[in-house]
Amino acid sequence: MTIYDFMFYLFAALTVVSAFCVVTIRNIVYSAFFLLFTFFGVVGLYVLLAADFIAIVQLVVYVGGILILLLFGVMLTNKITSVQIKSGTFQILPAAIAVGLFAGILTSSLLSTDWKMFDTEIPITTAYSLGNLLMNEYILVFELLGVLLLVALVGAASMARRK
Amino acid sequence: MLTVGLNHFLIVSSILFCLGIFGIVTRKNAVMVLMGIELILNAANINFVAFSRYGNFGYNGQLMALFVIILAAAEAAIALAIVLNIYKTFATVNVDEIDRLKE
Repeated sequence: MTIYDFMFYLFAALTVVSAFCVVTIRNIVYSAFFLLFTFFGVVGLYVLLAADFIAIVQLVVYVGGILILLLFGVMLTNKITSVQIKSGTFQILPAAIAVGLFAGILTSSLLSTDWKMFDTEIPITTAYSLGNLLMNEYILVFELLGVLLLVALVGAASMARRK
Repeated sequence: MLTVGLNHFLIVSSILFCLGIFGIVTRKNAVMVLMGIELILNAANINFVAFSRYGNFGYNGQLMALFVIILAAAEAAIALAIVLNIYKTFATVNVDEIDRLKE
């Protein structure tokens, strides 16, 4: 068992345990912080998959942007007079059985598939290649994403403003 | 334990996906449902990046993961603006109490 395998199991355990805590803990703020740990675990998995640029983008955008936004949402949409902000749940047992069955089907089907794996070389840094692809083959997607982000920004700001 | 291959990453991604679905289905608070959606998007991202590393796809998989991250940011912003408006109208964000179209 090399150090690579050990780091993988460490980050995979962090991700899965934190995600389990996100969906089971009643307290919303605790849930948001376990989501933070999940994102950190995913960053570790990306680095192990030789996707260094995506790992840093995930850190900056997800942890630094989306999680802060979610925490703002929690703070602005709950009456924070009581000490703990709790969330109710729907039927847990039927959902757990159904999701467990689905997880079983998914895992068994992916374990029984004969994936064609190639041993690609590990790049030094991916930023140059990603930028090259983004500007040459995916230029239309790039421009459309810019327009989409502008629309999302203007839309969200105009929807959430004080009338 | 086994040496880490493609299957390990795919199992992690499918566990994350199922936990995200469980979070969406069981939670009452709208912000918790959004957290479940983020878990699902992360699971799909891990899938993309894993296949980009172990398949013969070049960097297209990582670029798709980048697009998914960008779209998740835009969607989280809009979804939270909607949740704020719902809170202004209904004074609650429990998804089972938001059942009227007219005010």
